Amino acid sequence: MAESLSILVIDDNPIRASIIEAGLRDAGHASVQVIADIDDVARRIGEIAPDVVIIDLENPNRDVLEHFFALSRTIKRPIAMFVDKSDPAEIEAAVDAGVSAYVVDGLRKDRIKPILDMAIVRFRAYSRLQSELEAARNELQGRKTIDKAKGILMSTRGLSEDAAYALLRSTAMNQNRKIVEIAQALITASELLGP
Amino acid sequence: MGLTQIVAGYVPLLDSAVLLATEEFGFAESEGIALKLVRETSWANIRDRIAIGHLDVAHMLGPMPISANLGLTPLDVPVIAAMSLGLGGATITVSNAVWAAMAEAGAPHDGAPGPTGAALRSVVAARAARGEERLRLAVVHPESAHNYALRYWLAASGIDPDKEVEIVIVPPPFQADALEARRTDGYCVGEPFGSISVHRGIGRIATTKGQIWQMSPDKVLGMRAQWAQRFPEQLAALLRAATRAARWCEDPANHVALSAMLAREDRLNVDSTMLLRAISGKLQFEEGVVQTLPDFFVPYSRAANFPWVSHAMWFYSQMVRWGQIEHTAENAVKAMGSYRPDLYRAALTGMGMAVPGANSKIEGDLAEPLAVGAQGGQLIIGPDGFFDGARFDPDRLDDYIAAQRG
Repeated sequence: MAESLSILVIDDNPIRASIIEAGLRDAGHASVQVIADIDDVARRIGEIAPDVVIIDLENPNRDVLEHFFALSRTIKRPIAMFVDKSDPAEIEAAVDAGVSAYVVDGLRKDRIKPILDMAIVRFRAYSRLQSELEAARNELQGRKTIDKAKGILMSTRGLSEDAAYALLRSTAMNQNRKIVEIAQALITASELLGP
Repeated sequence: MGLTQIVAGYVPLLDSAVLLATEEFGFAESEGIALKLVRETSWANIRDRIAIGHLDVAHMLGPMPISANLGLTPLDVPVIAAMSLGLGGATITVSNAVWAAMAEAGAPHDGAPGPTGAALRSVVAARAARGEERLRLAVVHPESAHNYALRYWLAASGIDPDKEVEIVIVPPPFQADALEARRTDGYCVGEPFGSISVHRGIGRIATTKGQIWQMSPDKVLGMRAQWAQRFPEQLAALLRAATRAARWCEDPANHVALSAMLAREDRLNVDSTMLLRAISGKLQFEEGVVQTLPDFFVPYSRAANFPWVSHAMWFYSQMVRWGQIEHTAENAVKAMGSYRPDLYRAALTGMGMAVPGANSKIEGDLAEPLAVGAQGGQLIIGPDGFFDGARFDPDRLDDYIAAQRG
């Protein structure tokens, strides 16, 4: 087996970082370091001597990181952003997934690609998880809004719960809007008019 | 008829104003463009997303297209600047401790770069004599107008930027935090990130980029050369819309509306009062000390939107000066082609807005504003002086580079 690569993951999101780290370890990479703070990266990059650096594309410190790599006194070997010119889709997939990778000079492409592919898959999985959580939160919030609007209709117009819901639904259909929007409008109006 | 969508990236800074106003105040729409703005967190992101085509155009550091064409960027994609997004706009801020030492050494209150630089030189020398650490100064990117302005000022003041101070990179929104935590002693950055340290009582504006080099270039509207070639009508429409937006931004009647828009959470997400000060040229160098600099940020007049080839060449000369690129005839030609005044001029023809007739000028030649020959009307440019009185003649690039090598 080829010599194990030293991989540095820079991420201030601990959940995502652990998802990436676990993936790398599962793939047999024993030497994985995770650092959240860019100042720690500055301090420790010489000692870690990474072959591959993986960073969240939205991390504002990418410019700082690239400058470290350009300074020969911080690191022993030049590091550059990983770009496989024979495979332009790879870089696009990485940027789409929100991940950016840097590798030391001279490292063979076929050794990097599986690492980057794995990072892309894990970043995507994390984003999906995030959007599902977000959707669930919105759903819950929506349900609360509708319940509150139903309550207003029940107390002000003496409707049953079912009738209140039916009124919200038919109003939404007539106006071509979502029930939750009608519910929110009703709550706002009731707050404006209310006691 | 439907609008044509153009996706535009920006980094939240004062000088993204022209691009944001192009969308927000209807200038894009009146040219048939739906401008989709995307806020980015780093210049590396702008560079990568432009290169792979996620963004059609972007608010860019002036030297970025040159870096791309000289092969200093990871992806080999030619990039051009078709418009400048304004002149001036940046400050040099130092910590209270450094300012106190500078004031003691005779730094003036008005930011005059000569005596301010001389005071800093005394501070740097005194620290070295006491065996203290070098001052650490931050910029936002190695290939930026800020890095070159800071280094120019230091070098002309007798301070070696590589040996006598340390220059590091810090993203704009983190500059004040780094200063407060004493990780840095000062920085050069676009507004409002200098004023934020003044507001927080942790720093003092020592001078401004526009005092070091009057009417100096900063950000540009950049894009892939291929995109410009493929969609010439869209590009021309965008340049017209952005130029009208720039004129609107400069009008004092619109300064309050502009700063309120920029201050929004989904834009720069900073205090609008601070932005208004920078936009109207009334900066607080320290709490209570207001410095009126009418040219602090010039979004439109003085041919502020014209992508002068001489600006590209000056940036190139500084890339060479600080060892970022080797000077060869071939590299100089690539740098020259990175700015495209021809595209800008063609787009503005017949609009009744004056555009310079020349592509280049001698930088540092104008001590006073000057009326020049222009296509489409009267145009006043300058002053464009460097504080040390030097001139940059792009036709004598080799001499300039040799003289700076010293």
